[in-house]
Amino acid sequence: MIIKEKVIKYGENVDTDVIIPARYLNTSAEDELASHCFEDLDENFREKVKGHRVIVAGHNFGCGSSREHAPLSIKASGIKAIIAKSFARIFFRNAINIGLPVLVSPEAADFIKDGDELEIDLDKGKISDITGGRVFDIPPLPDFIQKIIDSGGYIKFTSMNIKKT
Amino acid sequence: MGKTISEKIISKHSGRDLKAGDIAVVDVDVVMSQDGTGPLAVSQIKKMGFSRLKNPGKAIFFIDHASPSPRRELSNAHSVLRSFASDTGAVLSDIGMGVCHQILVEDFSCPGDIVIGGDSHTCTSGALGAFATGMGSTDIAVGYALSKTWLMVPHTIRVNLIGKLNTGVFAKDIIIYLIGKITSDGATYRALEFAGPVSENMDMDGRFTIANMAVEAGAKTGLFNSDEVTKAYLESQGRGNCFREISADPGAAYEKIIDMDCSVVEPMVSQPHTVDNAIPVRELEKIRVDQVFIGTCTNGRISDLRIASEILKGKKVADGTRLIIVPASRKIYLEALKSGIIETLVESGAAVQNPGCGPCVGVHQGILADGEVCLSTQNRNFKGRMGNPEAFIYLSSTATAAWSSVRGYIADPREVLK
Repeated sequence: MIIKEKVIKYGENVDTDVIIPARYLNTSAEDELASHCFEDLDENFREKVKGHRVIVAGHNFGCGSSREHAPLSIKASGIKAIIAKSFARIFFRNAINIGLPVLVSPEAADFIKDGDELEIDLDKGKISDITGGRVFDIPPLPDFIQKIIDSGGYIKFTSMNIKKT
Repeated sequence: MGKTISEKIISKHSGRDLKAGDIAVVDVDVVMSQDGTGPLAVSQIKKMGFSRLKNPGKAIFFIDHASPSPRRELSNAHSVLRSFASDTGAVLSDIGMGVCHQILVEDFSCPGDIVIGGDSHTCTSGALGAFATGMGSTDIAVGYALSKTWLMVPHTIRVNLIGKLNTGVFAKDIIIYLIGKITSDGATYRALEFAGPVSENMDMDGRFTIANMAVEAGAKTGLFNSDEVTKAYLESQGRGNCFREISADPGAAYEKIIDMDCSVVEPMVSQPHTVDNAIPVRELEKIRVDQVFIGTCTNGRISDLRIASEILKGKKVADGTRLIIVPASRKIYLEALKSGIIETLVESGAAVQNPGCGPCVGVHQGILADGEVCLSTQNRNFKGRMGNPEAFIYLSSTATAAWSSVRGYIADPREVLK
């Protein structure tokens, strides 16, 4: 899959409380979650996401709560992928489970600037910064995790593997 | 070669001989979620077409984060959990019972277990020697249905707590100090294993506080060896029969070993808006507090309520400061009632609320106003955490919080604890 989108850039330690505050966890309706996504961090996010659909950030993206509403709200906002220097463990797992591409590349996260246009080739594992003129390799994931992604998320993966046994 | 605690427990639950970095499907002993993450888990279980849970007696739904419900939408979410638990025979821990992580250690988690929970602070049960970790609702849904999950065996950072704890210094100060040093992603994907004389001499309440905050350094879990202290705690909860001895092998391979001298640790606070923004109280300028909150899965236990009552006895909460106290569980609340602790706290001017998460997660029972400062014994001080992104949250031990409520500003508890 190829993702060709512009970048919204955030900083270090973007936590789940700013991605989706607990006061909105009374719903798992995607539109409603999306309408409050990042509202405590960036009041312009709702506007920006209309034309910029890749998030690039620093270390420890998604730290904090286990709430799956965090990647759900980002995905429902229209974001196609997140590139970060590193991800918090639970967020990373949640994103894989719901089919939101999360890419670890400290070099890309350092280099890419807010507003840059990217072309991400998920199959080949390449991030191209068209604006900045550089290409970055994404390290491959362990086979088990890649199988979950290839199945279309953890629900489908589980359903497929239960039928086999 | 010797094994870490994580390698031992995960190997045993997968039937394979595993080392750090291996991925395995494992049997899970305890699965839980709470009222924030549970409804989504229920809908995922339904989406997969499961109508029965593999082990309903160890599948628990907690209503603790918004408890009792402050809004109709949350009331409806609670209804979903009550009906699903009733339909499947899962355990429901309803309002007034307390915070999920405290009920787990009182009634469910055992040394050597694998515990997964739809809440990041599930790592608290690691203090009992259980491999306990937080996951999202979809992972928890599969766990509920099949009592299985997949895990990557984490590399382990061993933290030897050496030296001694000085007067006025508590487990909370140790963990805030440690996170200040290693930063809030210093242990991401790793297990933290705590050992050394200070941890061996620490009571279970202190170990729970430290294990609880392992995730604030990014860790998958925070583990202690199980020992006589663990055994005595489980016996006090009527669960002595679930005691097992779990410890790391002498030759276990660690990614890193940190020797932390606890003798140099002073009363600490985490400043807004990250837990690793740590500083000794002594070095802080005079910061007035609007609200002090004592409670949560980090510091709402009987030893917390006791030290608070010792500090507050015969004193009053300062004018202009509000003190909210929330016992972590019904058992703790009852013990504090019977021993007169609650009476002392109420006389001092505290607002004592029902067991649960209280205002920690910002949905009820003490949401901060714009510009207000709160000193809390909870584990997390992210922007907006307590319901208002315009407020400022500091974290501390219970002693620091209690004494600060008397002074009206963040104050060093060594002024009163000699």
